[in-house]
Amino acid sequence: MEPYALEMIGITKEFPGVRALNQVSFAVRRGEIHALCGENGAGKSTLMKILSGVYPHPTYEGEILLNGEPVRFKNIIESQRAGIAIIYQELALVPEMTVAENLFLSHDYMRKPVIDWDLLYAEAMRWMNRIGLHVDPQTKVKQLSVGQQQLIEIAKALTRNLQILILDEPTAALTEHEVAILMRILKELKATGVTCIYISHKLGEVMELADTVTVLRDGQSIGSTPIAELTQERIITQMVGRQLSELFPYEPRDIGDNILEVENYSFTADSGKKLIEQVSFQVRKGEILGIAGLMGSGRTELFTSLFGALPGKKQGIVRIEGKVSQIRNPSDAIRAGLAYVSEDRKRYGLVLGMDIIQNTTLAALKKLMKGPILDQATEVARTMEIMERMRLKSASLQTKVGQLSGGNQQKVVLGKWIINQPKILILDEPTRGIDVGAKYEIYKTMNELAKEGVAIIMISSELPEVLGMSDRILVMAEGTIKGEFRRQDATQENIMACATGGKNREQSAV
Amino acid sequence: MNNPLSEKVEATPAKRLQVRFRFDLQSYALIIALILLLLIFGICTDGEFLSSRNVSNLFTQMSVVAVLAIGMTLVIVGGHIDLSVGSIVGLTGGVAAILQVWFGWSTVAVVLVAIAAGALLGAWQGWWVAYRAVPAFIVTLGGMLVFRGILIGISKGQTIAPLEDSFKLIANSYLPYALGYGLAGLAVVLLFMGTARKRSRRQKVGLLPVPGWIDYGKATLYSLLICLIAYMLNRYYGIPLPLLIVVCLAAIVLFISVKTSFGRYVYAIGGNVEAALLSGINIKRNVLYVFVLMGALAGVAGVLLTSRLNAASVSAGSNYELDAIAACVIGGTSLMGGKGNIVGAIIGALIMASIDNGMSMMNIETFWQYIVKGLILVVAVWIDISSKRQA
Repeated sequence: MEPYALEMIGITKEFPGVRALNQVSFAVRRGEIHALCGENGAGKSTLMKILSGVYPHPTYEGEILLNGEPVRFKNIIESQRAGIAIIYQELALVPEMTVAENLFLSHDYMRKPVIDWDLLYAEAMRWMNRIGLHVDPQTKVKQLSVGQQQLIEIAKALTRNLQILILDEPTAALTEHEVAILMRILKELKATGVTCIYISHKLGEVMELADTVTVLRDGQSIGSTPIAELTQERIITQMVGRQLSELFPYEPRDIGDNILEVENYSFTADSGKKLIEQVSFQVRKGEILGIAGLMGSGRTELFTSLFGALPGKKQGIVRIEGKVSQIRNPSDAIRAGLAYVSEDRKRYGLVLGMDIIQNTTLAALKKLMKGPILDQATEVARTMEIMERMRLKSASLQTKVGQLSGGNQQKVVLGKWIINQPKILILDEPTRGIDVGAKYEIYKTMNELAKEGVAIIMISSELPEVLGMSDRILVMAEGTIKGEFRRQDATQENIMACATGGKNREQSAV
Repeated sequence: MNNPLSEKVEATPAKRLQVRFRFDLQSYALIIALILLLLIFGICTDGEFLSSRNVSNLFTQMSVVAVLAIGMTLVIVGGHIDLSVGSIVGLTGGVAAILQVWFGWSTVAVVLVAIAAGALLGAWQGWWVAYRAVPAFIVTLGGMLVFRGILIGISKGQTIAPLEDSFKLIANSYLPYALGYGLAGLAVVLLFMGTARKRSRRQKVGLLPVPGWIDYGKATLYSLLICLIAYMLNRYYGIPLPLLIVVCLAAIVLFISVKTSFGRYVYAIGGNVEAALLSGINIKRNVLYVFVLMGALAGVAGVLLTSRLNAASVSAGSNYELDAIAACVIGGTSLMGGKGNIVGAIIGALIMASIDNGMSMMNIETFWQYIVKGLILVVAVWIDISSKRQA
């Protein structure tokens, strides 16, 4: 049998007060795709940071063998030289530079006193062909989609004598279509002998791609299992250490009257680009309305513009509880009973340097005033109430939200809006990049809110989630609504067909 | 990555304590630096630096920059910068002097006009920054030139002096001894009452119990410091009025920053402007207010400076914006916005003033003051950044 491409033996890593990894061992065979699964905070990223030299030797205990040889990386450059490339959730490209410049940023081509641009572009083309991405190498990276940028990152890694490719949640920001391309390319790379470590919460992808799955829980390795012996449910059980009764705790409930009615709504951005065209829909009290569609289909733009957060020109009628409503800015929207949980919580949802209390009450301060002065006692009490309800895990409410895990951050963002007691709650990708346990709790909170009569609009790229949680599903493409499905009629196939503009535009009456 | 502070850690009281302690040590680092600095100057000048007379001078000298630093903290926390405050100090001080010396206005009237003029200049700049989206750096760089130009124009390039005695008194008078001790006593009482109230309120809502000895120990320490300063100052002429003004303004702005929604919004805007916008915060209006407040405080500083010098000159207040920014930054305010505190800024101003004062007492040539202040600024920020990286 071939030696392992990579072995990590007895890795222990401690941070002040916390043991992040405890005697973790795992081994990756050459040319396999090895999935690393675990809830947020289980230690996956820490393990990969040790492998890539972000946490240098000897700040950890244990040994790393690369092709049977012990290695000790003191920094990222050493691990890169050894052929280890890590692609993070947040991409590390220079947006203002061209594709070719990014590909060869740290390459010898760029270090020559005079750069041979023709050679550079030709080389760039060669690598891009290899990963099947056909864009002009002189395009600026910022003009590419997230999926394309990710492929550039992979190409960049390939240009450097790649031994082991590590992908950390690569599909978190990708559309279904882009995910399919990524999957295909990873399989092709595997055929050419590239070893890949794949970190993901999306177990469907793991099941499709991986040869072996290693699960981490609370800093310990639960074990490595060949994919043939696994099911999604078994991986989840290993990850959470308990059985989740079901993935999507949908409960049928009473649905009330229309609360939000949108008629012939169009939106043109300040740039003159028409983003939303002739959209009409209603949401009812206690209903969970799923919004499906590919990225760029206008889902986020529709709701951010309705919320008043997107500068531009609006046409059409928006009625809230039967009354025509003019929303010019988020402040108006909040007053009208709307709440919007953004898809990018770090950018649009949270002030990372503020603590849990300050973030939770940020949109509700006006209700917490005693005259001109903040009523801090009530502020703290309300926050505690909400966070207990959300089952937030944190040592203190005075923890800065920047220090929380993704799942807990999402709970803070959600709590920040629940405290305002909205009538219409818009959730944009509410479970992106968070672990299974936190997802489940967010679903449960959604159910509870819907039961209390809140209308919930959930935009999501994860079809199982849309199918699992929604009472009704709208499918968007090209800035307008292409189809509407009742819960019982919706399937992954007919929604995808509708979203990709297929012929299957069946309109189910509701 | 695994989260060292929050996740899945059994939150035992001992752990909480540890976390709090580490946090507090960081803010004490500044005080420790100040004490070291005072001791070094004290030793190098055979104690002359720490004499009652010099401490009194030191507080008077720092007062102008300290008032500016109070406002600058909010500006920087909000994610902006104000390079024009030196010129506003000069212009408002000049306006006050012109109105009094040339037109014979009363002291009360000119003080009010100076502060109002400062607020107006702040509003002008705030409007450009908030409603016209011109970067504050550019707007206030422009303001720095424009306001200085106006000052030179209206004063015809002359130094305007002398002012009335009542105006001079603002920066050159001292509180009677009894009143000084009375105020110090009042501050101590308020400190302990505030601590007790905070503790009982925290207990009521079930927040982290901080051991009593820490809270009351802190209060005792601060009380001793207050009494010591009051005693030293009273051994000279008493507490200088400018110091009282600085303390009162600091207390008011501190209250605004902690206890009002405006203060909270400023921190949120500086911390993450997009999240603040989506939370329904009126960014433009709050930014405008910050600049108005800064302008008004610069007006106060202008009055203080003119009163202390008993004259207004065309170069008054030059480079004060840099001292004020440096004081904020040394005091832990982040130029990235969203982080900073007023007490730190005042300590920063005290450090800057101590360097000026101490080095000139040691007969070190002036050029060294520039070099040392510049280096301290860079090192202070470096310490701040590297301590954050470790945490």
